[in-house]
Amino acid sequence: MTKSIMIVGVGGQGTLLASRLIGHVLVEKGFDVKLSEVHGMSQRGGSVVTYVKYGEKVYSPIVDKGEADFILSFEAVEGARYLEMLKKDGTLITNTQEIYPITVITGGASYPAEPTQKLSKLCDVKAVDALALARAAGSEKAVNTVLIGVLSNYLPEIEQDAWLGAIEKLVKPKFVELNKKAFVSGREI
Amino acid sequence: MKELMLGNKAIARGLYEAGVKYVSSYPGTPSTEITEEVALYDEVYAEWAPNEKVATESALGASLAGARSFTAMKHVGLNVAADPLFTSAYTGVNGGMVICVADDPAMHSSQNEQDSRHYARAAKMPMLEPADSAECRDFTVLAYELSEKYDTPVLLRTCTRVAHSQSLVELKVRQEAGLKDYVKNPAKYVMNPGNAVKRHFAVEDRLKALKDYSETSPLNFAEMGDTALGFVCAGSCYQYVKEVFPNASVFKIGLSFPMPLDAIREFAGKVEKLVVVEELDGIFEQEIRAAGIRVDGGKDLFGNTGELSQSKIAAAMGLKAKEVSRFGEPVPGRPPVMCAGCPHRGVFYVLSKLKLTVTGDIGCYTLGASAPLSAMDSTVCMGASVSMLHGFNTVRPETSNKTVAVIGDSTFLHSGITSLTDIAYNRSISTVLILDNSITGMTGHQQNPATGYTLKMQQVPPVSLEKLCEAVGIRRVRSVDAYDLKAVEAAVKEELAADEPSVIICRRPCMLLKYVKPRPALSVEMDKCRACRSCMKLGCPAIRFEGGKAVIDANQCAGCGLCATLCAFGAIKEG
Repeated sequence: MTKSIMIVGVGGQGTLLASRLIGHVLVEKGFDVKLSEVHGMSQRGGSVVTYVKYGEKVYSPIVDKGEADFILSFEAVEGARYLEMLKKDGTLITNTQEIYPITVITGGASYPAEPTQKLSKLCDVKAVDALALARAAGSEKAVNTVLIGVLSNYLPEIEQDAWLGAIEKLVKPKFVELNKKAFVSGREI
Repeated sequence: MKELMLGNKAIARGLYEAGVKYVSSYPGTPSTEITEEVALYDEVYAEWAPNEKVATESALGASLAGARSFTAMKHVGLNVAADPLFTSAYTGVNGGMVICVADDPAMHSSQNEQDSRHYARAAKMPMLEPADSAECRDFTVLAYELSEKYDTPVLLRTCTRVAHSQSLVELKVRQEAGLKDYVKNPAKYVMNPGNAVKRHFAVEDRLKALKDYSETSPLNFAEMGDTALGFVCAGSCYQYVKEVFPNASVFKIGLSFPMPLDAIREFAGKVEKLVVVEELDGIFEQEIRAAGIRVDGGKDLFGNTGELSQSKIAAAMGLKAKEVSRFGEPVPGRPPVMCAGCPHRGVFYVLSKLKLTVTGDIGCYTLGASAPLSAMDSTVCMGASVSMLHGFNTVRPETSNKTVAVIGDSTFLHSGITSLTDIAYNRSISTVLILDNSITGMTGHQQNPATGYTLKMQQVPPVSLEKLCEAVGIRRVRSVDAYDLKAVEAAVKEELAADEPSVIICRRPCMLLKYVKPRPALSVEMDKCRACRSCMKLGCPAIRFEGGKAVIDANQCAGCGLCATLCAFGAIKEG
């Protein structure tokens, strides 16, 4: 059975590293894994999406409507944007941080009020203030590892050491300890 | 050993393993990482060329000299390289040569979604289409064998979902290919009419041989399952089809030109309904139909635009859609935007303020077309800003003092320089702004001839944009600091008033470059802010309005100071 994780956020938030980290752990665990990324223009502060799929044999690298077991949303309203990708019994793990898009800043559109509360009525939601946890761990840039920490609780087949090992391998040496701390703070939520 | 690899990285691995010696490319999403990754191997010479035509010709030269050579480009890059492409089919190769073209259906980062499969047919060159990273590696290695066996460059076509997806790849060791002997052979390599007439026969004969190979090649095969439905597909479409119909019969195409039409005919005879699944144009479908094979579904079901996916295929085949939840209220759009501190922002602010007509170009600065700056009137292709300005001003000389072109440093060296030569030579009174941010930005920071570094980070003398512009015959060339709004505005006004061609180089390195240290973040003194919204005209992602006052997000602010310059009440300060 193939499982699908969709990671959504704002260009520059570290969604690519998140998908690569999750992918790395799943490969180590012996799964067939596919990731899909989008590079280029959308990275400039736009809405970004990456996919992680794993199982015995994975064909399509993309996650489509109603297919995601998990959506890992790095920003409060991005989860709402991609809600239709979530399986009926899937879980939305979301950062409560709000980042206003340029359309809102310039007054052309409005940012929905209390998006996380509204989402909670529509699907299973696990909300965390990942920015605060990342700050506490030492850097706001560690939002991605905090959220992976939260996600790790939903993947019981993977033990904590495998996650920490992946952080050691994929993160630049001087940021490893910080990211491990961020991961654990997300996992212990 | 198996490794999770991006399709592009797997192609780079294939190049390494195939003993490739020479790689020359121009960056272009989604092809860029191939050349970046292959440059990490010491055994491979790899460079950024000024454009795709130069890259392809230099790879052909390396092939002529006996090396296995390679070039990668995005789909529109192949238009630039089309000239050498077509004639290299006539010359054939000495060392094997592969040209990778990465299509971008759905235009994640492109200006059109042309289908490069047409080029294989037009240039009469074989084309391979991998469907995942393992095939990216395998097909690359095989492409060199085919190139040398059939004496032809080989096209390797990917799309975004193959190039930018990661899957498992088995790594193998490098097989040194060495340098083949170079033997002078004008009849094969000097394509004057007398020689080319004969070579065209060789091209046609080769196509017949390749067609025979295609029929029996392990790259093209049938996976027989339930025979009620039979699909014909290649590349990422194969993955989507298998996901929706794991038990159906599938004919997978790996060598997509020349097509294995006899093998497909045999497959069609074994299934009740034949459905051709392909993104963009109905090329497979047309060729299959033209061969007299019955097709029960194709472009009538899937259309010619955008990417396909498992849900689109399921819907087109009449399957019930999965149940989904929706948020139920509008979610604000989040288009890409110039970064906080981007040196392009101030220039576009000035162009917008002066209400100029702006012919634009390809790069991060294309974002100058978006609100609130909205300072762009056209974007077509690399270099077009400059030549379109020339044409525009020649027929409307009365507005040439209200019209400018904007082009980046890398794009200018790619193909703006020939366009500027047109302006200088034919004397249109045109003003060109070169936005020199000292890097190729949009594709993710690649060096170019003006940065002073090569792909392998060797330091080299940088091209002087000033001297280059002067050398083609522009007498009025000046440079300004792109952060200095007053200087940019003054320069634009003066050059527009001049009655001869001019170039303004707006210079300031990209904010994201490692050596650029952000300045301290700015903040708004609330009691001084009069809510005039002047700062909001910049469209800076770090500034928003809250409780009727401007607020600066210290996390995002790069301290460029443009907003402080615009604030008439001195409300924006450091710290």
